Amino acid sequence: MTATHKYDPHRKWEARMPPKPGEGGRTSAMIASLAAEGYDTVSAPFGHALVEEAKKNDRVVGFTADLSKYTDLHIFAQAFPERFYQMGMAEQVMISAAAGMAREGFIPFATTYAVFASRRAYDFIAMAIAEEYLPVKIVCALPGLTTGYGPSHQATEDLAIFRGLPNLTIVDPCDAIDVMEAVPAITAHEGPVYMRLPRGKVPSVIRKHCPDYKFELGKAKLLRDGKDVLVIASGFMTMRALDAAVELEAQGISAAVLHCPTIKPLDTATILAEAGKGNRLVVTAENHTKVGGLGEAVASTLLTNGVTPTFRMIGLPDQFLDAGALPTLHDRYGISTAAMITQIRGWL
Amino acid sequence: MTTQATTATLSNMSLARRAWEIRRKAVRMGEVQGQGYVGQALGIADVLSVSYFHALAYRPDEPEWEGRDRFLLSIGHYAIALYSALIEAGILPEQELETYGTDDSRLPMSGMAAYTPGMEITGGSLGQGLGIGVGMALGLKAKKNPAFVYNLMSDGELGEGSTWEAAMSAAHHKLDNLVCIVDFNDQQADGKSTDMLCSEPLADKWASFGWHVQRVDGNDIAALVAAFDVARNLKGAKPRVIICDTIMCKGVPFLEEREITHFVRVEADEWQKALAVLDANRPE
Ligand SMILES: Cc1ncc(C[n+]2csc(CCOP(=O)(O)OP(=O)(O)O)c2C)c(N)n1
Ligand SMILES: [Mg+2]
Repeated sequence: MTATHKYDPHRKWEARMPPKPGEGGRTSAMIASLAAEGYDTVSAPFGHALVEEAKKNDRVVGFTADLSKYTDLHIFAQAFPERFYQMGMAEQVMISAAAGMAREGFIPFATTYAVFASRRAYDFIAMAIAEEYLPVKIVCALPGLTTGYGPSHQATEDLAIFRGLPNLTIVDPCDAIDVMEAVPAITAHEGPVYMRLPRGKVPSVIRKHCPDYKFELGKAKLLRDGKDVLVIASGFMTMRALDAAVELEAQGISAAVLHCPTIKPLDTATILAEAGKGNRLVVTAENHTKVGGLGEAVASTLLTNGVTPTFRMIGLPDQFLDAGALPTLHDRYGISTAAMITQIRGWL
Repeated sequence: MTTQATTATLSNMSLARRAWEIRRKAVRMGEVQGQGYVGQALGIADVLSVSYFHALAYRPDEPEWEGRDRFLLSIGHYAIALYSALIEAGILPEQELETYGTDDSRLPMSGMAAYTPGMEITGGSLGQGLGIGVGMALGLKAKKNPAFVYNLMSDGELGEGSTWEAAMSAAHHKLDNLVCIVDFNDQQADGKSTDMLCSEPLADKWASFGWHVQRVDGNDIAALVAAFDVARNLKGAKPRVIICDTIMCKGVPFLEEREITHFVRVEADEWQKALAVLDANRPE
């Protein structure tokens, strides 16, 4: 090796054009709202629901790795300071300790960002929690593409990582109601759970379209019927699907929406029944890379059961995503309502 | 190869003035977005001034120069501070400051190697910089390159197990070309670092892990210069850590006095006020 031996970096900055002076300041990468226009919001639904649950169940305790304020767990911490454990920025020991506390009979809710649970703490979740089937509930903010901070904070592959883990139940709620109803449901579930968390001011979406809706762990729910296309969605992509369906109806296209908030175990019976009906285009929609998430889970369910409609997937591309404003990025990567409509129209 | 490209050519301006320039640029970037980790930037400005205008060797027009000292920003959210230093050092053009945090800017909110000349690594997933620093220090030694690796990390990162794995590794491999700078601003996302994991006695911890330890007032430029000099010139096959006690929002008293949080609140009209306060106190 010589002194000139040099790491040859894949340096995109050489190709990036610096924006011209005066052209900056247009779109702030700080904009982290989901563009959920027209919906009421609920503040910190997870924190409040957990407080209600903890009043009824003294086994419930809270753990965080320096992110209580950013996962709405501070509401629980204020209500039950003696049942709240601040573990510092140490995700691995947070998970191990939650496992230990579960061994002693408690039901720990452990919070951090989705990237740090799925990437940094994975082995600890796999061995200390999942393999032992312990009732630890891992609840994580910033799932998928819900921050413009770039790959360090964008959990675009959390579902893929966790779907491979036996014993783990995975929940991807759409809105405030889903979160509030999922909290008692996952507490009652005897095993480990990973739940993606919309936090802060969370829109209340589904009941506006479908007043009788109730979250049920393990169940997919048809929120709206339609004859041209069936969209199977989870997380906030169910909101996108409902918004797109309203718009598509005005354009003469009839879209059904099947909300699938439990990613694992998947409600295969409902998915097979709906996908087998009529001659509809079937589209999955997820806030996640197209690799290893809801789309591939549905595809394998359909194919292995001999149900073969025309099938397409909406989701994030298999790449590290840009930093930027969320609305910009959702458009760029095809998960905004407008992008969803364009894709579906193109496939029909 | 070891030319100090900076100190010789640029040092007719005082380090205090450089720190002031770094603070001013950070506030201007904060104003572009109406927010930003400006509290951290104001707190670390003196450390960055001493790093870029006293200690580091680099070539402004050749950010990948093989002979440069490597400066790793483990704490990606401090990018606003490092961009200010990189602009002040002539590695980034000043007018790009206006694009801070906007779509497709080379100055994203969280520092990333692929976006910005002079940004050595993609930090932000905290607790990774020091380990990467260990590898770069090993690599430099393997290449017989006498450059140093500096890793800037935070008190929050002291909670990550990876930090202490890297610390043990650096001592085991006798990395006397590795300097770790810890910004002890006593702040993390959920509150004060000292209320979170008991980091003290911090100096003793690093020492017991096999490091040469200095703890200084991170807003005292003379003390920083002395500490960096010791860290560079020390004989002894040990990695070196400089623990810097800093004050968030340093240099803008009305922000220093505000309730300090991870994300310091600055009202829309306060950016100009902060600049005015700085301007009234410009060092030579
Ligand atoms: C591994 C990891 N865990 C959690 C976070 C989320 N996070 C971002 S900044 C921060 C606080 C870290 O402490 P420090 O860097 O000392 O904060 P500051 O001094 O800037 O307030 C946390 C927990 C992260 N970026 N990386
Ligand atoms: Mg800190």
